[in-house]
Amino acid sequence: MLNVGKIEEGFVLDHIKAGKSLSIYKHLGLDKLDCTVAIIKNARSGKMGKKDILKVECDINTLNLDILGFIDHNITVNVIKNCEIVEKLPLSLPKEIKNVLKCKNPRCITSIEQELPHIFVLTDEKKEIYRCKYCEEKYNSSDATVL
Amino acid sequence: MRHLMSPLDFSTEELDRLFTIAEDIEKNPEKYAHACEGKKLATCFYEPSTRTRLSFESAMLNLGGKVLGFSDANSSSAAKGESVSDTIRVISCFADICAMRHPKEGAPMVAASHSSIPVINAGDGGHQHPTQTLTDLLTIRAIKGRLNNFTIGLCGDLKFGRTVHSLINALVRYDNINFVFISPEELTIPDYITEMLRDKNIAFREVRKLEDVMPDLDILYMTRVQKERFFNEEDYVRLKDYYILNKEKMELAKSDMIVLHPLPRVNEISVEVDSDPRAVYFRQVQYGVYVRMALLLTLLEIEVK
Repeated sequence: MLNVGKIEEGFVLDHIKAGKSLSIYKHLGLDKLDCTVAIIKNARSGKMGKKDILKVECDINTLNLDILGFIDHNITVNVIKNCEIVEKLPLSLPKEIKNVLKCKNPRCITSIEQELPHIFVLTDEKKEIYRCKYCEEKYNSSDATVL
Repeated sequence: MRHLMSPLDFSTEELDRLFTIAEDIEKNPEKYAHACEGKKLATCFYEPSTRTRLSFESAMLNLGGKVLGFSDANSSSAAKGESVSDTIRVISCFADICAMRHPKEGAPMVAASHSSIPVINAGDGGHQHPTQTLTDLLTIRAIKGRLNNFTIGLCGDLKFGRTVHSLINALVRYDNINFVFISPEELTIPDYITEMLRDKNIAFREVRKLEDVMPDLDILYMTRVQKERFFNEEDYVRLKDYYILNKEKMELAKSDMIVLHPLPRVNEISVEVDSDPRAVYFRQVQYGVYVRMALLLTLLEIEVK
C-alpha cells in the first residue's frame, strides 16, 4: 500500500472515478500552479472498488473548484488546514464553463474558428442543462463528454 | 453601446419604444429623411439573402445614410481565411453600424464581442433572425393595435421553422396569447416549446386541419413546407399542398383576421388571396423596413424630435 503524507493546507479530492484524476488535474489548472500535487490512481476503495485521489497543497483561496461540480458531483472535497479536515465542500454546477466541453454542432461558429474558446452557460439548473454561448446547442451535464 | 443578437435582447418596454418610433416613421417618413446623414451601414453578408440585405440598405438610405458591404463570403476576406473577429475590427473603421448575416450560428455574437460599432444579427444559420421577429411583432401591433389578447395560428413547418420558434418566444412575454399549432404529424412544434408553454401556463393546441380552426384565429402565420426537410419525395408531395390557403379557407375566417408570412412563398398561399385585405404579408415587408429604420436609430442613439 502506497502512503502519501499529510498536507498542511489545501485540498484532498476523494472518490474521483478511477482514471479521471489527470483530467481533473488539467481542468483545475494544476499544471500551471507551483504547488505540491499528489495524484493517486486506482487506490482501493470499499465504496467504489477503485478510485483516484488528488492531494493539492496550496492556499485554499487559489483554486476555483466550480468545474468539479460539472465533471463529477460525487467527488468529495476536503478542505485541509493545519493537517486537519476543516470542511467538506458541497459541489454545485458552475454558471459557465470554458474549454471543458466542445460544441458538436457543425453549424456553430466554433466549428470553423479554431481559436474561439468553447463556452457553455448553465441555462437550467434543475435539469442540469448547459447551452453553447454561441449557437445555444443543448448539453446535459450527465451525458456530456468532457474534453 | 448595444447590439442586437436575439429578439429577447430587448425588454417589452424597449420594444414598445422601438415600435412607437417605427409607427411614427410610417406616418412621417420625411421627418426621418436626414436622421442618419453622415452615417454608414456595413452589410456583411457571408451568404446571400437579397431581401434582408436590401431591407437593411433601404432602411439606411431612407434615413439619409449610406451603405457599403459585401453579399457573399467569396467576395470578402473570409475567403482568404480571415476570422470574423478580425473582419469586424476592420469594418469598425469603415462604418458606424453593421448588419451581419452568416451561415455559422453565433458568428454575429463573436463579431459583437470584438466590435467598436453596434452589430445587428441579420440571421445566423438556423439560430436567430431577430429583425424578422421584430418585423412580425411590428406588423401585428401596427395592424391589430396591440400585442396581447389574441389567438394566433402558426401553420406549416413548425418543426424546423426558425421564424416560428422565435416569434413564439417573443410573444410569450405578452398577456393572454393563445397559440394554435397547425402542422402535419411530421412537422410538429418541438417538445421544448410546448414544455415551455406548459411551464408558463400558456394556452395552446395542436391540430392537423387548418379549416377546423380558421374561425377562431385573429392572426394566421403561414410558413413554407421546405422540400429539403423530407427524406422522400412522396412525403413532400403529399404534404406540400396540405395547407394551401385559398379563398374558400379565407371565407371561414373572421373579417378582421390577418395573414402573415415571412416570405418567400411557394404555393402555400394561393395568389387569389393576395387581393384580400386581410392578407398583409406584403405590408409586412414594408414594416420590415420601418422596424429596421427604428432599430438603426436606436442602436446609433439618434433621437429625432
